[in-house]
Amino acid sequence: MAFTVPKEVYNGKINQVEVGRDQHKLILGGEEVLPFLSFEGKAVSTVPLALEVHDVNPGDWAPSLTAVYGSAMNDPVQWARMCQDEFKADMICLRLSGTHPDNGDRSAEEAGKVVQAVLAAVKVPLIILGSNHAEKDAAVIKHVAEVAANTGSIIGKAQEKNYKTFAAVATAYGHKLVALSDLDINLSKQLNILLTQSGFDGKNIIIDAMSSTLGYGLEYTYSVMERIRLSALQQNDAMMQMPMICDVGEVTWKIKEAKASEEDQPAWGPAKPRGVLWETLTALSFLMAGGNLVVFRHPEALGMVRKTVAELATAA
Amino acid sequence: MGLTGIQIFKYLPKTNCGDCKFPTCLAFAMRLAAAQVRLDACPHVSEESKKILTEVSAPPIRLIKLGAGDRTIEIGDETVLFRHEKKFNHPSALALAIADNLSDQEIESKVQEVNNSVMERVGQQLRVDLICLQDKSGDAGRFAQVAKKVAGSSTAGLILHSLKPEIIKAGLTETVTRNPLIYAATEENQSQMAALAKEYRVPLAVFSDKGLEALSSLAEKVAAAGVEDLVLDSGARSSGRMLSDLTQIRRAAAKKKFKPLGYPTIVFPGEGGGDALMEAARAGIGIMKYASLIVLNSIGKESLLPLYTLRQNIFTDPQQPMQVGENLYKVGEPTETSPLLITTNFSLTYFIVLGEIENSKVPSWLLVADSEGLSVLTAWAADKFNAPKIAKLVKKQNVEDRIKHRNLIIPGYVSVLSGEIEEELPGWKVLVGPREAANIPKYLRDMA
Repeated sequence: MAFTVPKEVYNGKINQVEVGRDQHKLILGGEEVLPFLSFEGKAVSTVPLALEVHDVNPGDWAPSLTAVYGSAMNDPVQWARMCQDEFKADMICLRLSGTHPDNGDRSAEEAGKVVQAVLAAVKVPLIILGSNHAEKDAAVIKHVAEVAANTGSIIGKAQEKNYKTFAAVATAYGHKLVALSDLDINLSKQLNILLTQSGFDGKNIIIDAMSSTLGYGLEYTYSVMERIRLSALQQNDAMMQMPMICDVGEVTWKIKEAKASEEDQPAWGPAKPRGVLWETLTALSFLMAGGNLVVFRHPEALGMVRKTVAELATAA
Repeated sequence: MGLTGIQIFKYLPKTNCGDCKFPTCLAFAMRLAAAQVRLDACPHVSEESKKILTEVSAPPIRLIKLGAGDRTIEIGDETVLFRHEKKFNHPSALALAIADNLSDQEIESKVQEVNNSVMERVGQQLRVDLICLQDKSGDAGRFAQVAKKVAGSSTAGLILHSLKPEIIKAGLTETVTRNPLIYAATEENQSQMAALAKEYRVPLAVFSDKGLEALSSLAEKVAAAGVEDLVLDSGARSSGRMLSDLTQIRRAAAKKKFKPLGYPTIVFPGEGGGDALMEAARAGIGIMKYASLIVLNSIGKESLLPLYTLRQNIFTDPQQPMQVGENLYKVGEPTETSPLLITTNFSLTYFIVLGEIENSKVPSWLLVADSEGLSVLTAWAADKFNAPKIAKLVKKQNVEDRIKHRNLIIPGYVSVLSGEIEEELPGWKVLVGPREAANIPKYLRDMA
């Protein structure tokens, strides 16, 4: 019995989205097959990997992380430079967590100054996110998007409650948009439809299917992302063909398996490699399910994923 | 499976006797077609029909059993490519490689590492399932001696790893009652390896790194020699080759019913270079993408916990939410005056709520109600998380003896329940907590 390579026929492809400015542009997506299956068509060979920077010192990060960033966490500019120059992040994900009403409630103007300073300090593309407070984010993003006008940044996260504001400012100032919905393929599609119906170009959307972490709902995100990719590629569903962002650092470094010290949990082994591996495996899972951009907190996890992606891209 | 319910029905007795616990033979046939029951459930099916049905209903990937007794491991028997289609049946088994040229003391300590690899998560016992004994000494006597020692000090499953038939034979004589996997038949040694597998009735791995065509023809040869239980190694050692080869093998078997590749697979992620974490990352790709057996060179606890968790996540039944036990859980070291919160037993809900209470650093009690694995809102809508049930649970868990105060914090989404709970639980006051778990830390800290 002769073996023939079992190839799938795909009817659609993933949008190719260009981000960033000047000589430092990056491409997200563009693949025409399931992740890294280059034996049957065009797969991506690199995935942009970002590190998280906050406008204010988060204060509660795990020792494995504070050991890496130290006092740079007090200064978003220094922090962002460190991520770009020392840890070779492809992108910086700037989270304006200090604008949250429960976390300092900084004004849009204050946030704008941070964005401006970080843009001036680094060359890599930026992902500029609010504090995940739908109302406040809408207020902040109007100003921040203007400050960052024409830098080809990714802004977010647009949700059902605030997508109109996000769509308007992203269009006005030339940004790409993260569209976040609750973990459900239909809700994700629905938000993309709403955005495009409001006049936003679907080619500028990046799907956030809502990341979870290993042991805390990973299987749900994994399957929703796989299903989104299958409808994009097999059913040629244009509303599912956007690249997907995997926001793994935030969800991972909150849980005790990533944070707990070895003294507290001797059965779990040393904390740092455990946390790094937790973030690495979470990121890899979502890449295997179709992710196109990953946001990390630990640079070593970013490094491990970069090496693995290089391996995945050279199957032959 | 190959046949529809109607086609299967033709081979059944058509007596509707009900001994299979289904009302009619047709109903039973439908369940068989959906692979929800086994043919053995019908005591009356003729031998001839049984033979035909077993043949056509054989899983596209053969089910292989390794090991003995309560440490028997099943691998293979998968039917789909994506976990949302249907549950992946048999979690990837993990093995630790032990070389026979290590000192006896080093070998013993590695065996103990495997014996001590058990961790519990969401009520499941997770462990390293096998030991892969590798011939590095080239000495049949040494291999046999170590095999005997390892088999004596661990009940784990065994893989005997050598390309030399005489060495495998020496190992087999010491371990055959443990039903080890022998690794591996190659183009060069296949007839001798097949003969050993037949003689000792053990499963056999086949190895060819010359492409899947070569691997499949080698598997065909060994199968033709009479060995039915095979495991495939395509020689993939990097993540990329693993993904590409294992995807093609799985597709060829499950979708194209290509029999020569219809077997479980084995990978060696540590042989691709890099440190223990890179090995674990590659093992992770194997868990996600169709590796049945994963042989590791190192099993540090910091790698095992994430790998176990990943395996649990990927192999969970997508139709059946994971559940935690109904109980009054301590978070931190609560006292009889610490806050008391209640939530449902959907494992995800429980873990997220638990995590946020931990983040608050306020020692608390967490009462978990059996909602049949539903999250708070869904359970409330399905009437599985209601006032009478909550009141009953408070009594059943002796909450009133263990906690002094009478304040119960309920999830914000079910605030409508507060009045009714207070009626059911005289003397209690219901406090409405936040809707989202992320706001629990602030809530508890403001309360304290």
